[in-house]
Amino acid sequence: MTDVKKFLSDKIKTVPPSGIRKYFDMVIGMDDVISLGVGEPDFVTPWHIREACIYSLEKGHTSYTSNSGLIELREAISDSFHNDYGVDYNPDDQILVTTGVSEAADLALRALVNPGDEVILHEPCYVSYKPSIILSGGTPVPVSTTRDNEFRVTGEQIEAAITDRTKAIILSYPNNPTGAVMQKQDLEEVADVVVEHDLLVISDEVYDKLTYNGKHTCFSSLNGMEDRTILLNGLSKSHAMTGLRVGYAMGPPGLISAMLLIHQYTMLCAPITAQMGAIEALRNGEAEMQAMVREYNRRRRLFVTGLNRLGLDCFEPRGAFYAFPSVKSTGMTSSQFAEELLHQQKVAVVPGEVFGQSGDGFLRCSYASSLDELKTALEKIEEFLS
Amino acid sequence: MNEILEIIEQDPKKDPSEIALLTGYSEKEVQTRIKELEDSGIIRKYKAVIDWDRVGEEYVYAIIELKITLGDRSGYDTIAHRIASFNEVRSIRLISGDHDLSLTVRGKSMKDVAFFVVEKIASLDQVQSTVTHFVLKTYKEDGVPLFEQEKSKRLAISP
Ligand SMILES: Cc1ncc(COP(=O)(O)O)c(C=O)c1O
Repeated sequence: MTDVKKFLSDKIKTVPPSGIRKYFDMVIGMDDVISLGVGEPDFVTPWHIREACIYSLEKGHTSYTSNSGLIELREAISDSFHNDYGVDYNPDDQILVTTGVSEAADLALRALVNPGDEVILHEPCYVSYKPSIILSGGTPVPVSTTRDNEFRVTGEQIEAAITDRTKAIILSYPNNPTGAVMQKQDLEEVADVVVEHDLLVISDEVYDKLTYNGKHTCFSSLNGMEDRTILLNGLSKSHAMTGLRVGYAMGPPGLISAMLLIHQYTMLCAPITAQMGAIEALRNGEAEMQAMVREYNRRRRLFVTGLNRLGLDCFEPRGAFYAFPSVKSTGMTSSQFAEELLHQQKVAVVPGEVFGQSGDGFLRCSYASSLDELKTALEKIEEFLS
Repeated sequence: MNEILEIIEQDPKKDPSEIALLTGYSEKEVQTRIKELEDSGIIRKYKAVIDWDRVGEEYVYAIIELKITLGDRSGYDTIAHRIASFNEVRSIRLISGDHDLSLTVRGKSMKDVAFFVVEKIASLDQVQSTVTHFVLKTYKEDGVPLFEQEKSKRLAISP
């Protein structure tokens, strides 16, 4: 047999497999598992958005769109940022519609990174950043955040990680997996460092709408950051549209056009059906989105209070839909805890170290599940602990 | 306040302690507010949506459209109040369009309903004409779908 592995690129060999995959493989095939391992809304895309997709198909909209995405969609995106955050992006040359934030992040990195360039990222963080940096030829430079600082990254920490190879910083708040958010003044500290060291920021704000008690600050709205930020966002989480794959990148025309160049040769354009749905979501989706956010907020209160009652110390996550409790009091590692919990009680959670070393000792529990499921999960965790 | 109402509308049986947990109010606050909402008539009643077809209990529902001629001294409210008093009438609405009042009526049999309409409703002075539509099947009631909904097939673990 031919050893096909020998054909693989060296780059691929340096990308470790996703830690999430391991838990996925364990859970698959098990029946009746209550999963808190899911990083997506449990709501179905609101009906009016689905209907817009169906209607667009009925009308025969099945062609490619402009590489940048439908102009109506870019206008709707531009309007929503103007209204929500007072930031202005020109739909003609500052917005690129992508297949999810995932593609947007990849494009941003590939457009920026030269071999050996360093990209700073705060951990714990979304699992894709590190591999994406490696695949773009760069070197990830992780900065650990801690429970004591509620998993926010400080300007000081970033400054300490900067070398003369540093090109950019990835910021991702509200955060997956911790649920942490950054306050405006935290972000201003970071912005000062960015200016001082002449860097760029890739800010993934896909959870911006899922912010509880407090208002989200858009990184590019800070003084001087408009020209230094590639803002990533999308509809996956806010409008329960993960499977439709629509995201977008916004930034200075010079950077967006570079990303567009890669996008047009690789993806060509985002799927038109999903873009049609996204237009409807942005124009008429506010009320349903707010209703989902209110529901997440209720679940958040119930679940986080429940975890703390069980002695699993959990700081208040103020964004996204994840709770990040510590299991240090149990004496188990988070992997041990997650595996045992799955086998004994059939509750699936993701161990924190999957999201970077500083996540060790914590669990990511998604509360994007029904209240009943969350209550049952808490009961089962209680049983597991006793 | 609206948050409590929203929760109660979805699930009237929810415990005040749980509502407190979900909303961030104290349990005492929740109890006081619910009492206020009940006293002021904002919460009218706690009600279950029941799929009677499944019980095998055969109720017959009909939607009755009424054209009304208003008398000298009586308006729509007067006649509506009068009709609302009948136990058979489940809902009554003043509507725009072809006819004036729309009632939902429940009876034990079609005959039951027909009799009620002819004897009690059509005979009222102000009622100029009636059109009766029998309900063949109910798919959704008070926002609650009465059919099995497919469960979503999410991956058990995802990024
Ligand atoms: C921080 C973060 N960014 C991006 C994504 C992926 O988003 P999309 O579905 O738009 O590709 C996720 C999904 O979990 C995420 O948590």
